[in-house]
Amino acid sequence: MALPFLSREFLHILGTGQGGRGLLSVAAIALGVALGYAIHLIHAVAVYEMEQAARSLTGEADLVVQSLQGGMDESWYPVVARRPEVAVASPVLELEAKVPGRTEKLKLLGMDVFRADALQPAFFLGGTGDALDRLRPDRIFLNPASAAWLDAREGGEVILQSGLSLVKLRVAGTVNIPGPPVAAMDIAGAQAQFGQLGRITRIDLRLVPGIAAQRAAQSLQSVLPEGIRVEVPEARAAQAAGFSRAYRVNLNVLALVALFAGGLLVFSSQALAVVRRRSQWALLRALGVRRNELAWLLVMQAAAVGALGGVLGVMLGYWLAQAALDLFGPDLGAAFFRGIAPQLAVAPGAAVFFALLGAAAAALGSLSPALEAARAAPARALHAGDDERAFARFGSPRAGAALIVLGGVAAWLPPVAGLPVFGYIAVALLLIGAIVLLPWLSRAVFALLPMPGAPLAGLSFAQLRAAPSRASLSLAPLVASIAVAAAMAVMVSSFRYSLEAWLDRVLPADLYVRAGGGGDTAYFTTDAERLLRGMAGVERVEFARSVAVSLSPGRPPVMLLARQLDPAAPGARLPLIGESLRPGAGQLPLWVSEVAADLYGWGVGGTIRLPIGGRMVEGVVAGIWRDYARSQGAIVMEREAYRNLSGDERANEAALWLRPGTDPGAVARALAAAFPAGALETALPGELRRISLAVFDRTFAATYVLEGAAIAVGLAGLSASFAAQVAARRREFGMLRHLGVTRRQIGFMLACQGALLALVALIVGLVLGSVISLILIYVINRQSFHWSMDPAVPWAALAAFALATVVLAAATAWVSGRQAMRREAVLAVKEDW
Amino acid sequence: MRLLVVCFALLWACGSVVADGYPMVQSGRELRFPDDHGSHPAYRTEWWYLTGWIRDGEGKEYGVQITFFRNRPRVAEDNPSAFAPKQLLFAHAALASPGHGRLRHDQRAARTGFGLVQAAQGDTDVRIGDWSLQRTDGDFVARIAAREFRLELRFRPTQPLLLQGDGGYSRKGAQARQASYYYSLPHLAVSGSISVDGATRQVSGTAWMDHEWSSEILAPEASGWDWVGVNLKDGAALMAFRIRDQQGGTLWAGGALRSRNGETRILAPGEVHFEARRRWRSPRSGATYPVAMRLRAGDLVLDLEPLMDDQELDARRSTGTIYWEGAVRAVRDGAELGRGYLELTGYWKRLRL
Repeated sequence: MALPFLSREFLHILGTGQGGRGLLSVAAIALGVALGYAIHLIHAVAVYEMEQAARSLTGEADLVVQSLQGGMDESWYPVVARRPEVAVASPVLELEAKVPGRTEKLKLLGMDVFRADALQPAFFLGGTGDALDRLRPDRIFLNPASAAWLDAREGGEVILQSGLSLVKLRVAGTVNIPGPPVAAMDIAGAQAQFGQLGRITRIDLRLVPGIAAQRAAQSLQSVLPEGIRVEVPEARAAQAAGFSRAYRVNLNVLALVALFAGGLLVFSSQALAVVRRRSQWALLRALGVRRNELAWLLVMQAAAVGALGGVLGVMLGYWLAQAALDLFGPDLGAAFFRGIAPQLAVAPGAAVFFALLGAAAAALGSLSPALEAARAAPARALHAGDDERAFARFGSPRAGAALIVLGGVAAWLPPVAGLPVFGYIAVALLLIGAIVLLPWLSRAVFALLPMPGAPLAGLSFAQLRAAPSRASLSLAPLVASIAVAAAMAVMVSSFRYSLEAWLDRVLPADLYVRAGGGGDTAYFTTDAERLLRGMAGVERVEFARSVAVSLSPGRPPVMLLARQLDPAAPGARLPLIGESLRPGAGQLPLWVSEVAADLYGWGVGGTIRLPIGGRMVEGVVAGIWRDYARSQGAIVMEREAYRNLSGDERANEAALWLRPGTDPGAVARALAAAFPAGALETALPGELRRISLAVFDRTFAATYVLEGAAIAVGLAGLSASFAAQVAARRREFGMLRHLGVTRRQIGFMLACQGALLALVALIVGLVLGSVISLILIYVINRQSFHWSMDPAVPWAALAAFALATVVLAAATAWVSGRQAMRREAVLAVKEDW
Repeated sequence: MRLLVVCFALLWACGSVVADGYPMVQSGRELRFPDDHGSHPAYRTEWWYLTGWIRDGEGKEYGVQITFFRNRPRVAEDNPSAFAPKQLLFAHAALASPGHGRLRHDQRAARTGFGLVQAAQGDTDVRIGDWSLQRTDGDFVARIAAREFRLELRFRPTQPLLLQGDGGYSRKGAQARQASYYYSLPHLAVSGSISVDGATRQVSGTAWMDHEWSSEILAPEASGWDWVGVNLKDGAALMAFRIRDQQGGTLWAGGALRSRNGETRILAPGEVHFEARRRWRSPRSGATYPVAMRLRAGDLVLDLEPLMDDQELDARRSTGTIYWEGAVRAVRDGAELGRGYLELTGYWKRLRL
């Protein structure tokens, strides 16, 4: 029987009556699948590009000898090169070079072309000029992405910053490295031009044939100090892939929310259909269709709707991914992949998986109504007026409460592989639990609300109160979307509030000056420091040095910040959270950011071993501070201690306190005049604050749009459900019209009911949303980004949101009711007799 | 990286003027040993060239070539970096065995530094990682770990040095500055081992060594040269070369013939003639080489017959060119008079940038 019958049933769900809701279910599922699939595609491109980039930088190396912090002394190169297991050792000085006037750095590889060539013949420095350009210290070779980014071609000039002076390099040709912007030059030239004499950052190795990489790595490691690590290149690629994780996770949540909403719409439409077509199905049962056949049929019917949504979603997702890549690049604007045009790679397996995900969401949504329809006794169901009994089955307070308790428990569980898996599960359980509780909850709310005196309002209220289960079915999508939207609003507002407070704490000085901002090639020398201290109007200057420190092979490096601060009162400079410790004499105090503390499991009083200046140094965690700036973690130590340990006298940043009455702008101008154009970046704290908040707002603009979309889906669900109900309640409205109630009055009744339902949805949704926002703040965000924040409720915004929802719901109910009321009342009443 | 195309050009073919900063090769400088066995880093180019015939215990014959080149590119003279490419070293090694059908060869290229790569002054001591050539106890010892073979060979002089040209000042063109300092060591007794095809064999034989340094050799119109060094059976030694122009004509020629009793006759440009008797076309590079030649050097007429045709060496990844360097028999009227090596350059592409 299955196929013709199924196809007719399938068409039925999309056809008149249920059409609006059916199409909406398809659309919501398509949206969820599209989001998920687009994120998957973009992520696949990002990972591929990252791996390609990491691989192309290390060539076909079997092993990479890597310093954990600040490069290594070049004298390790002959030590490694002479080892019997090594066939070719290629020394590399990899620099993040400051390009004056640009925020992003240029990755610059100082290489020994002879060694690099022996290691990776495909790696090709090409140019039309003299081949000795490859050895000249003032020549640079650009890969296609960096040529595009710097808008430079062969024969042109690239200016990079070294210290606070500028280095002019002639573009001598291209370097055949795919992926993000990279430039190459001779290693000796790079050392001399960028103040890196005696220093290299890594040695790429080809091993003697027949030696296992792991064994060679062990024996090499045994002759190297702890601060230098031998790694297989795959570890570097894995580290690269970690970058995109944070944004990926967040977008996936949004995709799941959309899928969930889609499943919910399927659920409520099927649940209504169960009621509306109860007698038809009872007839089928009476004609001999078996119970599980009917259930199977209904689930398959929903799955077909879901599959349609899934297929549409995959197509939409492909288009979305392409558009996002064209607009922002594979890192969605995070600037890891400047200047490359990545290609989407479509794997059929993934596409099928995402389409099936849509089908599965719909099938799951229909499961409970289908079972209910199959369970109904045919004899009773054939009678009219059995609707409410059918609805009543859907809400089970016990199951709902159990789900909510489970959700509460899940929220306390630790992350899985660094991902807040249980956090998401907690949110899902809470949402489902609340929806299961909805009939019971709405009954409770209706029971609490006083009956209005006006006859029409009273009538509409009485209708709702008499049929709370049916009402709650229309509410489910709305409640879910209100909860999600409110939770996101609270989370974003908490984040923004905490960020503002944090910015006030970390920007105490009058003027900030930066040389290169974290790059390897731009820094203040001791001479420049002296000059800065002597500037007119400057009362006090605090310098900071930031260097990348690699602590774990699978993780991106942590920033080590050497700052001038008073170990007795670190809170004057650092936004400390929780307890802190006065380190004992002879101990090296370290203040770690909470990101670092989370990632590496550090607590106050614990000891950390850090590679500084080529050896391992032990320090004590004296405090934990909040840091929203460095997502890979940061460690602060006293600058004096850092200088003594590393011998590194350089600084990247300076904070200037000015004499009273001094114009910071004038000091900034004087500074700009004292150094080469573009060598320094100066900023007032106000500017920095404004820029940071603007970046924040831009980043979260997408979530506001999604909140709006969530509410639209919820209201659309409400509208479709009203239309369906009005159609189902034709007899009732026809009766009222016979009793003299005008069409306009019925419209008013429907608007009242819409507003009332919205009110219930708001009460449930906002309570649920606040709980979910706590999970977002304390569990999901904390576990995926390791940032803590203080909850802050955007009262005004929520109030406006609530008012708008009630008004929109009333309007929606009225409009959809009017549409359904077009048919003549007489006909409607006639239908029943 | 075709970096080396240019290094090659610098090695052999210089521009029309001697670049500033390189010492000029002049006549009248007396060569002094062992100092002049060592490196002369001030000059633009230098090479140590060992070629020979060897035979294993089963009587199987091989041709062997070991060459170290030095180049001073003068692009980073004042760079304080330890990586500064002040001196570049290249090396080629080749093993010809007729049964194998093609030349087995390998190459190295590197900048000097860190004790890994060096060309010492004072005596021969050139090394690029695990490739080295050293003079110890008067013998030259070469160790080469190539992709397809390994060489551990000792070259013992059996005759005095042969100073080429005018006491080691060897003209290479019409201009007096187109010249090199050049001496040879013919009739070197070879002993040691080669490892090839998974087996290590003891070998012995006879070889020839050239050591030559200069700052400018080729005239700008030159496109390559033919060179041969033959150890004659009677103990005599013959070196002959000609510099070709782009039409294949002779721009310059020269040579030396030292009889078994040590009398050396320096050959004037007009006394050396190469004539192709048979050509072989390389299926890889497409270049055609006159692998069999009739050589007239003074009164001596010899037919040069290759040990095998395919002795082409693809050195594009080090010195940036492809040339033919092969073991040859010196034959007259069907009788073998001696054995040596023939070098044919500039047949693939003109030896220039």
